[in-house]
Amino acid sequence: MTVVTATSLDEALDALAGDPSAQLLAGGTDFMVEVSFAHRRPASIVTLRRVDELKGWWRDGDTLVLGAGMTYTELQAEPFLDVVPGLAQAARTVGSPQIRNAGTIGGNIATGSPAGDTLPVLVALDAVIVLQSAADGERRVPWNEFFLGPKRTARRGDELVTAVRVPVVHGRQEYLKVGTRNAMVISVAGVALVMDDDAHTVRVGLGSVGPVPLRAPAAEAFADSTIDWATMTIPDGGAAQFGALVSAAASPIDDQRSTAAYRRHAVGVCARRALQRCLS
Amino acid sequence: MSTTETIATGTDTTTGTETTTGTETTTGTETTTGTETTPADSSERTRGPRIGENAPRPDGVPKVNGEFAFGNDMWIEGMLFGRTLRSPHPYARIISIDISKALAMHGVHAVITADDVPGQKLYGLEHKDQPVFASEVVRFHGEPIAAVAADHPETARRACRAIEVEYDVHAPIVDAELSITAPPIHPDGNIFRHMFIRHGHPDSPESEGVVAVEGDYEIGMQDQAFLGPECALGIPLEDGGIELYVSTQWIHADREQTAACLGLDPEQVRMTMAGVGGAFGGREDISLQIHTALLTLHTGRPVKLQYSREESFFGHVHRHPAKMWYRHSARADGTLAKIEARLVFDGGAYASTSSAVLSNASCFAHGPYNVEHALIEGYSVRTNNPSCGAMRGFGAVQTCFAHEAQMDKLAAALGIDSIDLRLKNALKTGDRNITGQLLSGVVPVAELIERCVAHPLPAMGEVGEMMGRPGGAGRTADAHHIKRGFGFAIGWKNLMFSEGFDDYSTARVRIDEGQNGPVVTVHCACAEVGQGFVTLAQQIARTVLGLDEILLHPADTQVGSAGSTSASRQTWMSGGAVQQACEAVRTQIFASLAATHGVDPETLAIQDDHIVSVDGTFSIPVEDAVANKTFEATEVNRHVQTVRLDADGQGDAHVSFAFAAHRAVVDVDEELGLVRVIDITTTQDVGKLLNPRQALGQIEGGIAQGVGLAVMEEIIVTNGKVRNASFTDYLIPTTLDMPTVTIAALIEEPEPGAPFGAKGIGEPPTIASTAAVAAAIRNAIGRDITRVPVRPQDICL
Ligand SMILES: Cc1cc2nc3c(=O)[nH]c(=O)nc-3n(C[C@H](O)[C@H](O)[C@H](O)COP(=O)(O)OP(=O)(O)OC[C@H]3O[C@@H](n4cnc5c(N)ncnc54)[C@H](O)[C@@H]3O)c2cc1C
Repeated sequence: MTVVTATSLDEALDALAGDPSAQLLAGGTDFMVEVSFAHRRPASIVTLRRVDELKGWWRDGDTLVLGAGMTYTELQAEPFLDVVPGLAQAARTVGSPQIRNAGTIGGNIATGSPAGDTLPVLVALDAVIVLQSAADGERRVPWNEFFLGPKRTARRGDELVTAVRVPVVHGRQEYLKVGTRNAMVISVAGVALVMDDDAHTVRVGLGSVGPVPLRAPAAEAFADSTIDWATMTIPDGGAAQFGALVSAAASPIDDQRSTAAYRRHAVGVCARRALQRCLS
Repeated sequence: MSTTETIATGTDTTTGTETTTGTETTTGTETTTGTETTPADSSERTRGPRIGENAPRPDGVPKVNGEFAFGNDMWIEGMLFGRTLRSPHPYARIISIDISKALAMHGVHAVITADDVPGQKLYGLEHKDQPVFASEVVRFHGEPIAAVAADHPETARRACRAIEVEYDVHAPIVDAELSITAPPIHPDGNIFRHMFIRHGHPDSPESEGVVAVEGDYEIGMQDQAFLGPECALGIPLEDGGIELYVSTQWIHADREQTAACLGLDPEQVRMTMAGVGGAFGGREDISLQIHTALLTLHTGRPVKLQYSREESFFGHVHRHPAKMWYRHSARADGTLAKIEARLVFDGGAYASTSSAVLSNASCFAHGPYNVEHALIEGYSVRTNNPSCGAMRGFGAVQTCFAHEAQMDKLAAALGIDSIDLRLKNALKTGDRNITGQLLSGVVPVAELIERCVAHPLPAMGEVGEMMGRPGGAGRTADAHHIKRGFGFAIGWKNLMFSEGFDDYSTARVRIDEGQNGPVVTVHCACAEVGQGFVTLAQQIARTVLGLDEILLHPADTQVGSAGSTSASRQTWMSGGAVQQACEAVRTQIFASLAATHGVDPETLAIQDDHIVSVDGTFSIPVEDAVANKTFEATEVNRHVQTVRLDADGQGDAHVSFAFAAHRAVVDVDEELGLVRVIDITTTQDVGKLLNPRQALGQIEGGIAQGVGLAVMEEIIVTNGKVRNASFTDYLIPTTLDMPTVTIAALIEEPEPGAPFGAKGIGEPPTIASTAAVAAAIRNAIGRDITRVPVRPQDICL
């Protein structure tokens, strides 16, 4: 087994170009679990922890660019609590302190599990994933072209996820995650809600209720047109109807963690509550 | 004959220097396993804790710091790595096993199957029905088929994959009820035990009260989920025997079963306890002991076999899932007229302790109450599900969930307060249980109930921060979504082994002159699995002998059996053996003083570390009395003989009983079906507190396991296949799931016959805590809950 400890983006990209079968190791919190269960047997590894270009964040006009190497511990604090509160909340729901210290948003995106907690928020924010390879340089892929199936993404073997771009939206955000334990649990259902007070829109991202993170277009359209944006209120029953439309958008399955019926129910309840919180 | 290897097992807990276990097997040198508390310098010698005082665990800090040597940390020069090949099917006929490709792989030293078992092909704790390796039929998902030893764990893994097994896959029998009448899936049949307990005249019309309630209850399959997976290290001996280091609960039972399958005399199998990371019943049966030994003997090399977390779920037995039908009938004043129950326990593929678990479930099926008539029918049944056996509470957990639900239901039907109903029928000393046994010991049921419910409830307060609500870190509930509920339950079970089992423990105590004065060495095979024998043995020796420096010898088979660390029995049995051996040594010391000082040994006693005569004329520090002398005694402690239940389930089957009550407060998000257990207030019958800190640990830990069973812990088995063999999906409580534990009272009424009057305290915290949480959830949502673990969809859909 060979291990390349990359210390720059170029070094990582070159290593990947030289050996497209090499596997990328960031915080290792998904990677090492797969190794332990013998689902992953890497012959060569490129480590990313020392690649400074992947760390940190910056603003590009109205867009927030978050480096793939940012950890949940960083994301759950300021300034993100203010700027992208939904993402900060989602980061706080992840695992335990140890996992949040090690795990990265790039790893969450690259793994592409429908249960990944940042994904519903990214989806609701219409995030764009930034990929880079030695051969083709940078490539920007909108979320809906990036997540292809459970743990399947549009990333090519020679590409790194370098960052994710999300707009800075003016308005409240919520992330609610249902699990059968009070912490350290994989999402059984997750709902992200993003209010855009300027554009008068509501965007909803759903986790663990489909092969990829989903949006709920009918629910969003209903909310956009039903909310009284002047008073930030919704008529009686409106939030419940919104929840019902979100449930309808889900396409969950039964598995060892839960049932399809419960997941469908739970995203509806969470969506209604998220909207009520944002309007209260 | 000599093995000169040393096994590095990490660092000494007191000095932080490298130490070894089992060096120089020929010389029998005293060795360490990281449990000693010998101070390095005698001038620093401090007074160690006696009985009744807080004794800190010597392994506590090292465990927190990651320095304790668990089984997995064992290493020896030149060792090979073992691995087990397991069946992917719950039920199949094996057509062929081809090991040739695996055997030809570079680095593979052995591939063994059933053909390579030289002795008995079957083993088992109660009943030998489990093959060392399946050869004709596999009966559960994960059943061992072959084992490999290789020079690297990865090579061993690949070799396992290279073994070709052809199966004829059958439809598994996974429903215990159906299995009762289904064609046998094992030559010994499908019924491990079918029993009745008939008490009073349950068939007579007078047995019927005026109000009756009925219910069907179900309990899922809980796992012990100990944090240190199974591990063993085998070292071949030149006489053809083997030395085996293993993390287990009962090394002598392991030795007996292992030797039988190896075709060796038990004396040729020398076993030493390796560092255990939790057990809870899951290490009482054989897992990898025989496989490790076979690979060691087959290769003539040291072999280490260790399970991954995933394999651990397949490698040990679980708590029995059960379906229970109950009918309670009462007189108008609330007197329990009759309890009828039909219990069906799914024992899985092999017997393990299914028979004893069912017996316990049946014996305690009525709860700690007087009842005029009872008819309990119990089945423990073979299926193609994972095997089930011992787990903390051992049958009493399952029926407690049902009988306490029934008591609440009955109270509601009678229009009586449910606490009053329990008090009215509470068992007390002098009553008889449904097997006709006189309860002659301490039976403080009413006091436990009264003091538990009298304790003030936790303040309703603000429903706290988001993190403290149901759903916790998931931020799902707002304050107005939450309903609070309260529930009460009380449970009981037997201490020690029952039904005629020859139950004993052995201890050897020796006093030698050490570098800095006398050292007491306590040698007992009692497995320390977290229950606190390490501190207790020292406390007992200090208390009886008045000496401070106590060395606890590693638990091994160089001393007689201590029995299993289960059934809440070790404090009574091994603590009692240590006490008796210390007393025998004390008698020797007194005799030697009689010879040297002309005192009457009958008048001597040890008080405050001095040997004094009753008339006060003679006093000598114990240290001086034993200086430069050696004393040694070995004692065997047996409890009173019990009997096997007769055809009507009658007989004095048990030695002693322990009780604990729990009151749970829960917050429920009814719409999402999420539960937050806020508080568990408990009272427990402990006899005497020997180490208060350890008692608190047992109570908190037992409640954590009870809460886990109530709201999350379940091995999901679908059509015989285990679907969540990982800590990703088998959930156990985190600190955010753990309620505050409030101890309202620990009742210290000495139990006759028990060393120091102490009752076992390990299991009772687990028995009723599950039932109390379930009751609190019912109370919060105003609907029935008949199954645990309670799943979100059971509450909200
Ligand atoms: C105990 C535990 C609890 C967890 N709890 C949660 C939870 O609550 N919510 C949740 O969403 N997840 C959870 N996870 C999963 C995991 O922590 C997250 O998915 C995390 O974001 C993974 O990031 P990482 O940096 O550790 O990635 P790694 O494990 O290092 O990598 C994950 C995958 O992404 C690839 N990869 C990593 N970085 C890049 C990159 N820059 N470009 C391209 N590919 C890359 C790797 O090759 C690998 O395939 C948990 C994991 C554990 C072990």
